[in-house]
Amino acid sequence: MTKYKQIRIVLNNCGVIDPENIEESIARDSYMALGKCITEMTPQDVIKEIKESGLRGRGGGGFPTGLKWEIASKNHADQKYVVCNADEGDPGAFMDRSVLEGDPHAVLEAMAICGYAIGATKGLIYIRAEYPMAIKRLKIAIDQALEYGLLGNNIFGSKFDFNIELRYGAGAFVCGEETSLIHSMEGLRGEPTIKPPFPAEKGYLGKPTNVNNVETFACVPIIIRKGASWFNKIGTEKSKGTKVFALAGKVNNVGLIEVPMGTTLREVIFEIGGGIQNGKKFKAVQTGGPSGGCLTEKHLDTPIDFDNLIAAGSMMGSGGMIVMDEDNCMVSVAKFYLDFTVEESCGKCSPCRIGNKRLYELLERITKGQGVMDDLQRLRNMSNVIKDTSLCGLGQTSPNPVLSTLDNFYDEYVAHIKDHKCPAGQCKDLMKYFIIAENCVGCTACARVCPVGAITGEKKEPHFINSEICIKCGACMERCKFDAIIIK
Amino acid sequence: MSRIKVKIKEKDLNIIKEICKSFNNEQGELINVLHKTQEHFGYLPAEIQEVVAKELEMSVAKVYGVVTFYSFFTMKPKGKFPISICTGTACYVRGAENVLGEFKRQLNIEVGETTPDGKFSLSCLRCVGACGLAPVVLVGDKTYGRVSPEGVKDILAEYNDK
Repeated sequence: MTKYKQIRIVLNNCGVIDPENIEESIARDSYMALGKCITEMTPQDVIKEIKESGLRGRGGGGFPTGLKWEIASKNHADQKYVVCNADEGDPGAFMDRSVLEGDPHAVLEAMAICGYAIGATKGLIYIRAEYPMAIKRLKIAIDQALEYGLLGNNIFGSKFDFNIELRYGAGAFVCGEETSLIHSMEGLRGEPTIKPPFPAEKGYLGKPTNVNNVETFACVPIIIRKGASWFNKIGTEKSKGTKVFALAGKVNNVGLIEVPMGTTLREVIFEIGGGIQNGKKFKAVQTGGPSGGCLTEKHLDTPIDFDNLIAAGSMMGSGGMIVMDEDNCMVSVAKFYLDFTVEESCGKCSPCRIGNKRLYELLERITKGQGVMDDLQRLRNMSNVIKDTSLCGLGQTSPNPVLSTLDNFYDEYVAHIKDHKCPAGQCKDLMKYFIIAENCVGCTACARVCPVGAITGEKKEPHFINSEICIKCGACMERCKFDAIIIK
Repeated sequence: MSRIKVKIKEKDLNIIKEICKSFNNEQGELINVLHKTQEHFGYLPAEIQEVVAKELEMSVAKVYGVVTFYSFFTMKPKGKFPISICTGTACYVRGAENVLGEFKRQLNIEVGETTPDGKFSLSCLRCVGACGLAPVVLVGDKTYGRVSPEGVKDILAEYNDK
C-alpha cells in the first residue's frame, strides 16, 4: 500500500457529502459522537477525553482545548455560551470556509458536545459576512438539525438543550481575537480588553464563554467516536492530530491540504505542492499570516508543529501557507504585512497603533532606496517593543514578518540600503530600465510606445532611456522584439 | 470634507424603523441592524445612522463608531458594479497590485472612489478565500480568477452596455 502524505480528519466529509442534506451527514456518522456523549458519558468524561487527545486550538495560539473546556466548566453561572470563531480574516487562509461549506454538521455537533461538557445551552457562530455561501449552508444545517431533534430541546430524549445562532462579522481582522470577537457580538466596536478576566470567566454578556475555532471544533466529533488514544497517535509529541493548510502562492498545486503534525515543509511544498511554478527557485514560505514569519531553505526539513514553528520565528497561525520564489522581494513582503496590520489595528493601544505605522514608514523608506543602515537596528528595537507591550495578540505578533525577514534575509535589506538595489527586482523605485546598445536595432518601437517620452534616439541607431523621466511602466520592454531592454 | 447631504424619505424612514424593530430595537443587535440597512440602501450615510441611533436609543457617536470601525460598512454610495480587488497575501504574491493599478488607470479613479457616471466603484478587500484562483477580482457577486493586467479590459468590457 502506498503511504499517503495526507490524512483527512477535519476534511473527511468535505466534497464527499451534500452539505445541504443532513441524511448524507448522518450516513457518515455525524451526531454519533453527540449521542455517545449525552447517553453514555458524563460532562467530566467528555472533558477528560478531549484533554487526553492532546487537541490544541487550531486558530493560531495552540492552547490545549480540553483545558479551556475544563476552566469554562468550573465557572458556575445561570447561563454559559459556546462560541465558534469563524472570522477567518487571515489573508491567504480559507480552511474554515471550506469546513463550514463542506461539512457544517461537524461544527454544529462539536459545539453541542462542548455545550454538554461545560454546561452551556446556547451556541453562537461568529462568521464573516464575506462568506455568504458558508452562512447559507450553516442556516440550512441548523434548520435540519432542529427538525431531526439533534439540536434544540431535549436532544436524544435527554434533558440537554442546545440552540445555535449566527452572528455576523463586518470585516475587522482584530475580531479573531476572542475578547474583540465577544465585543463585536455584543454590537460594539471589536476592540480587545485585557485578559484576565478570560472569556471562560467573563465573556459574552458577562457570562462564562468558551471560544474555539472552526477547525478545532471539527476535530472533536471524531475524537469522541474513535477515542483519544486513536487521535493522539497521530502527530508529534506535543502537537497531536492533523492540520489543514491553505497552500497558495507560487507552487504548482495550490489548495487545501491536510497533513499529520510533524510533516516537513519540504514534503508539503515539493511533494504535495509539486514544487515551484515555472521551474523557479524556492525562496521562502510564509506561515501564520500577518502574525507569522518567513521561513527559508534551512527550515525546509523542520517538522511542522506549534512549537517548532515558534522556535523558527514564525507560528502555525490558522494555517495559511504562502510560497514565494526568487521574484518576491522580502522587504516588500514585510511591508505588505505591515500595511495590513496598520489598517487592521483597532487603535486602542499605542504600541500597535503608532508603532506599526512607524515600522511601515521605515520599510517604505528602505524600499524607496532612502534607508540608512541605522534603520535596521531601529526596526529591530521597535519590533521588540511592540511585541512586548501591545494589548492583544494582533500587536504582540505583528512585528514577526519584519523580524523573521531581518533574520533570514538581512542581505536583502542591506542591498536596498547600501546598493539601492532590489535583488528580486520588485521594488519599482529601485529599478532602472536600460537599453543594451548591442541588441538595439533602432526600430523606434519603444520610443513610440513610451507614454512619457523618456526614450530618445535616431532611427537605426541605439536608443537611450532617460531614467529621470521614466515612470517604469514596462511598456517599452514588452514592445521590444530584440530583448534590448533590461531592468537593473 | 464635503459630503453629500441625504434627505431621507418617509418611506425609507419606515424601512429603517422596520429593520430595527425586527431586531427588537436591541442595542446588542446594532451590527445586524446595520448589515440589513446597508443591504437595503447600499450604504450608510450619517442621516441613516441618526435614525438607527434614535430607534435603538443610543448615541449617534456610538453608531458612527461602529460603522467606521468595520470595513464592511461604507458611508459612500458604491457604483452600480462595485469592483473589489483581493489584496490578500496569495493574490499579492501573484501580482494583484499590477491588476489594481490597471483598474485605476482604465477607470481613472482611486481606491474607494466611484466613476462619475456611478457605474463602477473600486475597492480592495482582504481575501475572499479563493486563493487557488489568485489574483481574484470581484465585480458585484461575480468572481474572476487568475486575472492579469491585460485581462482588465475584457472584464470591464463585459459591463459596457449594462
